[in-house]
Order: sequence, then structure tokens, then C-alpha cells
Amino acid sequence: MTAAETILKVENLKMYFPIKRGVIQRTVGYVHAVDDISFEVYKGETLGLVGESGCGKTTAGRTILQLYPATEGKVIFQGKDLIKLRGEEMRLMRRQIQMIFQDPYASLNPRMTVEQIVGEPLVIHGLARGSEIRERVKELLTMVGLNPAYVDRYPHEFSGGQRQRIGVARSIALEPALIVCDEPISALDVSIQAQVVNLLEDLQKELGLTYVFIAHDLSMVRHISTRVIVMYLGVFVELADRKVLYDNPLHPYTIGLLSAVPIPDPFVEEKRERIILEGDVPSPINPPSGCRFRTRCPLAQQLCADQRPEWKEVEPEHFVACHYWYNSKSLKRR
Amino acid sequence: MAELLNVKDLETRFRTQEGVVHAVNGVSFKLNEGETLGIVGESGCGKSVSVLSTLRLIPMPPGDIVGGTVDFQGKDLLKLSPEELRRVRGAQIGFVFQDPMTSFNPVHTIGRQLMEPLEIHLGMNKQQAWDRAVELLGMVQIPNASDRMKDYPHQFSGGMRQRAMIAMALSCSPQVLIADEPTTALDVTIQAQIIDLVKSLRDELGMAIIWITHDLGVVAGLAERVNVMYAGYIVEESKVKDIYQTPEHPYTLGLLKSLPRLDMEEKKRLVSIEGVPPVLFKIPKFCPFVSRCTYRIEKCLQANPPLLPVGKDHKAACWVNTRTGEVRQ
Repeated sequence: MTAAETILKVENLKMYFPIKRGVIQRTVGYVHAVDDISFEVYKGETLGLVGESGCGKTTAGRTILQLYPATEGKVIFQGKDLIKLRGEEMRLMRRQIQMIFQDPYASLNPRMTVEQIVGEPLVIHGLARGSEIRERVKELLTMVGLNPAYVDRYPHEFSGGQRQRIGVARSIALEPALIVCDEPISALDVSIQAQVVNLLEDLQKELGLTYVFIAHDLSMVRHISTRVIVMYLGVFVELADRKVLYDNPLHPYTIGLLSAVPIPDPFVEEKRERIILEGDVPSPINPPSGCRFRTRCPLAQQLCADQRPEWKEVEPEHFVACHYWYNSKSLKRR
Repeated sequence: MAELLNVKDLETRFRTQEGVVHAVNGVSFKLNEGETLGIVGESGCGKSVSVLSTLRLIPMPPGDIVGGTVDFQGKDLLKLSPEELRRVRGAQIGFVFQDPMTSFNPVHTIGRQLMEPLEIHLGMNKQQAWDRAVELLGMVQIPNASDRMKDYPHQFSGGMRQRAMIAMALSCSPQVLIADEPTTALDVTIQAQIIDLVKSLRDELGMAIIWITHDLGVVAGLAERVNVMYAGYIVEESKVKDIYQTPEHPYTLGLLKSLPRLDMEEKKRLVSIEGVPPVLFKIPKFCPFVSRCTYRIEKCLQANPPLLPVGKDHKAACWVNTRTGEVRQ
């Protein structure tokens, strides 16, 4: 990464959801969904955020956009801390950061036409009026590979892949600088996934977009990302350049995760020796002390229970949170 | 290897508000003893419906099995009385479903649900069934099995529920295990645990497996033979290695190319299959893949290609030899 310009900077972000019980709804505990994460997003890159269900990747994405009120931390975008912005200032900032949602069925209002859905951000931000809206929507539809004649159709008339294209059109309507893509292809069939990924890549080139790409599919994240962050139970465990992370993972969780991904080739699968991670992910309500991965980690020692591992830059641009990262090479790869 | 299951010309339709959907259109396949058959395809391709139809496990109505035979131990499963069929289901053919959350009854303990088939199919008494159920949970590597017997399904994690589901499916030592997307709802590290477990149980118990999935990666490591389905047809069938090394059907080729692979260094554009799969309201007189196919010729619009032999134990439903460009008869 040479002279990369930072577009978004997240510092010590925490998002705890209170658990309320009883008639007076007393807070009896917290779900530690995101627990102290810091990172930067560089202009023009695709930053992949991977992890298994419940690891907090979606919460992290939504908290960046202030869709959840962060418990603690800073989200700095264009020199301003988004967490402190209110009202009109926040609304103007929203123009710059948009989101594509996972479920193309739930994220489009079934009672609105495509023109209304894609045109709504333009209306809200007063960027177009009257017949301009329709023209701009048609233009956007063409950009995402849909027939502009579909402007008056309703979401149910489209397939899953086409709906996701509508969601993409809506997200680029305001010409944002950053788009948070929250599992944009998980709900789609294999043959359709490639279509949407190609579209996202084309738009990035055309419009100079920056993406935060949240997903659980490690192969697809490897394909689309510039850098990749691996998340586990609310914390970051590893961050590196795409190639470095996949070729030389240092955190035992990353190694286990990569080892678990099936490869569509029987010859490779035959020879592969897997590292099977035992057990399940613990509850984020009461996460393990010290390192959160220690209950499933093949390298865990006493220190891992006593102390939370530091987020260290062990190689240039390669961050790991593990006490024994230098031992992880002893684990068999792939 | 002896033949265990022989499905011929199976046809299933669903009546919907929009019309009759032809979900399975003349599917034939065989399963040998101890063999693992993978059935691959995207949502709506008929992979689940074709297999569930063999045991009449689809909702009827709106579903209707309109043709075909399913030969299992000299009997046609499609012609058995409900009573006879019940003796096959769960006893000789075990099932594992996709969603471990909804396939258990939430108001009964795991133990009770595990004991039920043992009492019904094998005539065990309570104590025998309890002991065997504990043994089964141990076999699928659930720790403290006798304590966990008293748990309700919600107290199990997704991975554990799927293990318990496998224990239940194997409880009566079936000859065939049908697994319908058993790992789709699970995380990848848990998926690896479950696949590892199924492989070791297969080696130990020797049952045949039909594994239905959309994930070409899972099948590569597990199956011996693979059927690829599209729009209610089997479009390609062969040994697992041939499917991946020398795919013949344009759809299989497209699927394999559209997948980014973890073990290959490349940052190329993905090759996508344009368009979407059709919903068949009538039996097509042309190839159902034609609108998305890059190899299409005039003949593809005139007749739907049957499964044609293209190599040893390898068949594909395509008029064009995708390697040479020659037209098949």
C-alpha cells in the first residue's frame, strides 16, 4: 500500500447491546457484539471483513453508518467524528456513505416501484425533481445492468439477482464515496453471485468507489478484496493484505478457517489435511477471559486466559491479535 | 457393488397459483451399496424434490408425483401403502434435513426424539432405547451424552443439533442416508466438523449416502459420483473426478468457472453465467439452458437433448461437444 489516503478511520469502536429483563426492564447484561476494534479504510480499496455468524461483522458495518448508536469509540470520516454528528450534518454525511443489504427480499419495500425505491435518496437529498428523477433512475438502472424500461415495476417482478442490482442502484444514486456491502451475495445462487460481484467491481472502477465488503465466504472475499480483516466474537484477530492473509495467515483462527473451506476439486480435497477447530463459538454475552478464541485454539496456554492479546503489527501492514502468533506456523496449512 | 436404489423417469409437479410447475422432469439415477452420490444444483433445480419424491416426502397437494418408479429391495416405493412406506422411512432410509432448528420438535427432549424411532422401528423397550440413544449421541461426538439426553433442542447449538439429527438418522442402521443440504445453515468451521464426522461414520458403518447440496466444494471432498441438475433435469452425471476435471455440460463448466478458488492465485474477472434459471410451466421442447448458454446452436432450440454418453461412466445432456464443438446425434 503506497501512500494510501485514509477515507475512514475507526478508533476503539464498541457496540454493546443491553439485555433487559423483568417488568421494569432492568439491564441484566450486555451482548458484546463489537468490542474495541480499530482500523482504517483506504480510498479506492475494497476492505473485506470476514467471520462466522455472530462474530459482529454486520454490527460493525452498521455501527460505522450510525445505524446503531455506538457504545464507545470514534468513526472519523472526512475529518468529522460521525458518532458526534446530529441532525442536518449527519444527513449530509449519509450522502457519502451508503449501504447494500444482504437480503434483497427484505431490503426493498414491496409497495414501491423501482423508480420510487431508487429515486427516494434523490428526493430526500433534493438532488432531482420531477422528470429528472425518472431520467436519473433510468440511467442508474442501465449502469447496474437492468433494462431502464423496468422503472415502473415492483420488486416482486424481479429475481433475487435483479433485486440486488436494484439495491446497488439505490446505493450509488447519491454518488457516495464509501459503500458498506453487508453480505451482498450470500442470499444469491452461485451462478448469480459472480454476476453481482462483477458488477460491483465494474462500478468501483467506473465511479472510484471504496467498499467495505462484509461476507462469510472466504473465497469470494479473497477474490474481491484489497485487504482483509478476520473477526471472531466481536474482536479483530487478523488484518493483512489479501495475498498475505491467504498465503501466510498467522492467527490460529484464520488458519483454521481457511482450512475449513472446501475446494471444488476432488484431487486437492483428497490430499488435504484439515485442521478441524473443535467446539462452538462461545456466547458474546459472557465471552471468555483473555483471548476470545482460546476455548477453541490448538495453541492456547495459560497466558491466553489471563491476558487479552494486543493488536500488534507483526509485519508491515500485517496485524495479529495472538500471544503465540510466531508458533502458528507449526499448524499444518490447508 | 450391488444396486440399492434405482430411480427411473421420476416426474414431480407442483400446482401453484401461476400454473403447474414442472419441478422434476424424468430423472433417473442409481445408488449402489456403500456409495456416496452427490446431487448438485442451484435453488429450484429440483435436487431436493427429486430425492424427497422417492419417499413421497413432498407435500401432496400441491405436489404430485406423476410418473416414474423407485426400486428399493425389489419394491416400488411409489406404490407402497402408507403403512409399508413408514417401515422404510427412518428405518432403512435415514434423513438429515437442512435446518436443524426446525427439524426437531421443540417441546420434546432430544433424548425422547432419539428414542422414538428405536422403539417404533426396532421394538426396543424404554431402557434399551435410552441406552442406545446415549450410545448414538456419543458416536456423533456429543460430550456428556447421558446428561444432554434431557436437553431440549434449543439448548443445543446449530452444529450439535445437526449431530443429533445425524444420530437420529443413523439410529436404525439404515442402508441409505439422505442428507438434504445438511451443512448449508452452518458456519464453515462447523461444516468441516460435520463433514469429517459423516466421513468417519461412513467408513465405520458402510451406509450409502445421497448428499444434496449447492456447494461444489463440499461434493468434491465427499462424493464418488455426482449428478448435476438444472431446471428439473439431470444435465450431467459422472464420477466425481471427471466432473471437475473434464466437465462436459456448459452449465457445469459455467458453475466451475464462476467460483473463485482458495487454492489458486488469480485476480481475474469471474466468469458469470448470464440470466437466470427458468421456471418451467410446461415441458420445454428445447434445451432449458439454451437462453444462458454460450455454446448454443440451432438444434438446441429444436429439441431438448437427452443424457448422452460422453465418456466412460460419464453422461451429459448437450447437443454440442463442448471440447471439440462437434454436434452430437
